[in-house]
Amino acid sequence: MDELLKLLKKNALETPEDLAKMLGLPVAAVKARIAEYEKSGVIRGYQAVVNQDQLDINLVTAVIEVKVTPEREGGFNHIAARISKFEEVQSLYLMSGTFDLLIFISGQSLKDVAFFVSDKLATIPGVISTSTHFMLKTYKDHGVLMETEDEYERLKVSP
Amino acid sequence: MNGSKSRPDRIASHVRTMPPSGIRDFFDIVSTMKDVISLGIGEPDFVTPWHIRESAIYSLERGITSYTSNLGLLKLRQALAGYVERVFGASYNPANEVLVTVGVSEALDLAMRAILEPGDEVIFHEPCYVSYGPVIAFAYGKPVPIQTDPQGGFVLTAAQVAAAITPRTRAIILNYPNNPTGACLPEAELKAICDLAVKHDLIVIADDIYAELSYDHPHVSAASLPGLKDRTIFLHGFSKAWAMTGFRLGYACGPADLIGAMMKIHQYTMLCAPITSQEAAIEALKHPDQDINGMKAEYQRRRNFIHASFTEMGIPCPRPAGAFYAFPNIAATGMTSKAFAYGLLDEEKVAVVPGTAFGPCGEGYVRCSYATSMDQIKEAMVRFKRFAHKRLAAKA
Ligand SMILES: Cc1ncc(COP(=O)(O)O)c(C=O)c1O
Repeated sequence: MDELLKLLKKNALETPEDLAKMLGLPVAAVKARIAEYEKSGVIRGYQAVVNQDQLDINLVTAVIEVKVTPEREGGFNHIAARISKFEEVQSLYLMSGTFDLLIFISGQSLKDVAFFVSDKLATIPGVISTSTHFMLKTYKDHGVLMETEDEYERLKVSP
Repeated sequence: MNGSKSRPDRIASHVRTMPPSGIRDFFDIVSTMKDVISLGIGEPDFVTPWHIRESAIYSLERGITSYTSNLGLLKLRQALAGYVERVFGASYNPANEVLVTVGVSEALDLAMRAILEPGDEVIFHEPCYVSYGPVIAFAYGKPVPIQTDPQGGFVLTAAQVAAAITPRTRAIILNYPNNPTGACLPEAELKAICDLAVKHDLIVIADDIYAELSYDHPHVSAASLPGLKDRTIFLHGFSKAWAMTGFRLGYACGPADLIGAMMKIHQYTMLCAPITSQEAAIEALKHPDQDINGMKAEYQRRRNFIHASFTEMGIPCPRPAGAFYAFPNIAATGMTSKAFAYGLLDEEKVAVVPGTAFGPCGEGYVRCSYATSMDQIKEAMVRFKRFAHKRLAAKA
């Protein structure tokens, strides 16, 4: 992956000025490349990584394994596109192995999620079966640890 | 404080007369202060890669807690020989040409004690790592520092070496990529210096501890030059490239007679390097490029950033080609290195090391380590600029 993308993936808030210094490029070149990535859709958005466990909110997250019958034309893409349009669906992947689609979904309550599965998901033609797992705690998300470990302090000056 | 009276007469004179390290008093002040951003640290900010730590833990779980062969675990020496051959292009026999030590620090000490008669001279270039002079002196040798030229990017020249050679010269220490300047040695200059070593029958001590952290050109070791292997003691270790300083593990490679002599001292004074660290090192050598390249890429970004920042604020700074140090020139502020470092610490709570800690020719410079997080470096640069500009304005 391009160095610029790597840096932005690590911290999307890096300013073009700092990025330019790190990469040894002119600021204008960095700005132009970011704009290009955004325009071509390589960069699809910028989000904060939030530790929801720390917030006093009701949010239930579940992972759903889905088996589907692929369609004659379009394979899994058509049904995946249909499922991904639901707002509750956070992420959706096509998987190898014993099931086909993996869905990350969040809702206000267990009931919300259960309703989505029974009413929306299971009723889609082509869906053969679903298996829902509720998430209990997040330890690491998007490469970020959700708990801050006490950092061991190095000597402040050493040869 | 205890009440016992200091008795200098019972301290050996070559120890008594050794001045304290220039870093030490500065360290004492910094360590009493809170919220200091330190660019004064000569070790990686990365934690040792997890798979290496995990293998150390696993070795403890299996009860591997004994001494090893004096030379070090054979499996490790074999892995080291393989690594040195691939990366540095010099081949050594693990049976008698590789010695595992407690850091490059111990290896350096062993080398000096193994080769020096009292009064023998050792040439080295300044600014340099703080230990060279003292280690030579503790082995009853005579340190012969060469002041490298800032205009030449602190690169040692063969002409300077030629001028320093006397009939008592026994060895020459080379440390590039360099601590504290970040300079690298062009291959032509290295060859010319090594030709002198051949001509005058000198031993070359190659402190190649920062070799992997060379950003613009691959590092060339003296040990790899034709005909040099027989007179070179190659020193390398795990502290920098693998971020394993606390494991205290290094090694020396060289002709069997020299390694044998070093081993003689090592077996009676150290016995062996810690087995836990040796086990960790075996793991470290399994996928070295993977571990090192990630850290190296990050150092390189920081190098670019810190160099661009100094340039932007009008502080001349040679572009560091290796290691993790920048060595900006603060002479235009009219301050000495020491006054600058103390002032910066006092007013802006940023710690840098005065260049003079590494030799008199470091006057006018300060060492800024970029082995610290990018966020810290960014903030440190803002403060450095504020401080330097105030002094420059006051002087104008
Ligand atoms: C040039 C140089 N040589 C040797 C050492 C000592 O390394 P080790 O941790 O292997 O003893 C250092 C550490 O800062 C160094 O900078």
